[in-house]
Amino acid sequence: MSGGGPDGSVPGPVGLVLVSHSAQLARGAAELAGQLAGEQVRVEAAGGADGGGLGTSIEAIERAVAAADRGSGVVLLADLGSAVLTIRLLLEDGAAAGAGGRAVLADAPFVEGAVAAAVAAASGADLAAVVAEAESARTFRKVP
Amino acid sequence: MNTEDAGAAAGADGVFDAAFFRDWIDRAAAAVEARRDDLTRLDAEIGDGDHGTNLSRGFAAVQRALDSAHPETPATVLVLTGTTLISKVGGAAGPLYGTAFRRAGQSLPDAPAVGLGALADGLEAALAGVRGLGAATEGDKTMVDALAPAVAALRRAAADGLGPVQALRAMADAAGAGALDTVPMRARKGRASYLGERSIGHQDPGAASAALILGALSEAAAAAPDQAAQR
Repeated sequence: MSGGGPDGSVPGPVGLVLVSHSAQLARGAAELAGQLAGEQVRVEAAGGADGGGLGTSIEAIERAVAAADRGSGVVLLADLGSAVLTIRLLLEDGAAAGAGGRAVLADAPFVEGAVAAAVAAASGADLAAVVAEAESARTFRKVP
Repeated sequence: MNTEDAGAAAGADGVFDAAFFRDWIDRAAAAVEARRDDLTRLDAEIGDGDHGTNLSRGFAAVQRALDSAHPETPATVLVLTGTTLISKVGGAAGPLYGTAFRRAGQSLPDAPAVGLGALADGLEAALAGVRGLGAATEGDKTMVDALAPAVAALRRAAADGLGPVQALRAMADAAGAGALDTVPMRARKGRASYLGERSIGHQDPGAASAALILGALSEAAAAAPDQAAQR
């Protein structure tokens, strides 16, 4: 890939896609992460099944990846079950063309990973660094 | 893919054509619909209670997709089936069964009909796809516990020289037994794994639906006109 934006412009920060069984959970996590990410980082929610209800929609995830990409790649976070499997399937198939193949599923807790990734992306970290920050969130202690 | 060789092979032992695979899908859709509430109940016990509903809706969508696209080879029937399940089933069954059908279809020769060996290869590819995506192995209380013994039984039956109808019946029987074997298992994958010990004593809904779908394959073979003489 050229490293440029989809329209050939200078690439922006790494984007985030938050995939949950619940549309509300995905939106809520995106709201939380988006507040920390500032205006430059695109944080997209892809929650719920097609036609509403709990579940996962592969089309919604593809759209969110395309929308989140500013030319530097996209980090996906998932809650569980079919959200994880659907993302893995999408990435294996190389169908995430919206991010030019630069979409990565972070092996991270959903909310904490999203927050950590948002902060890293806002700082201008590259794709690998944003993934690493998200994955390091699994060790966050809440009780010392 | 070498179309000419595949076509020649199909001429030799190509007993399963696109109509046969379509019949399989129709029977699978009917079986899933008939057992929809049972599957959902199994899933409500140890999962999120949508397996029967999701799968039933998915297979209905597959039937509509096959009606409108009318794929003419076994491979394209299975690939379209998988692709439709992926986009229409919102639960874990979508990517898992979708991958299974797509991998099976992708492994088949590009021929109007395929033989028992190619079908066995296809199911092997389906199993490998499910294992790869879900990272589940036998004993984890998943659909792999029905699929893996089914594929092994089909291989054994084919090696023993059984005809397609008997071989596929052995496969379906092994899938059913494998699904029942999940009852005492403790789930290590999927939603049920969050239940830990409490998942013991319940049949895995994914293994149950896999046994239904493979049962439908066996029924399709038994009902196929070409197979009557080989029973």
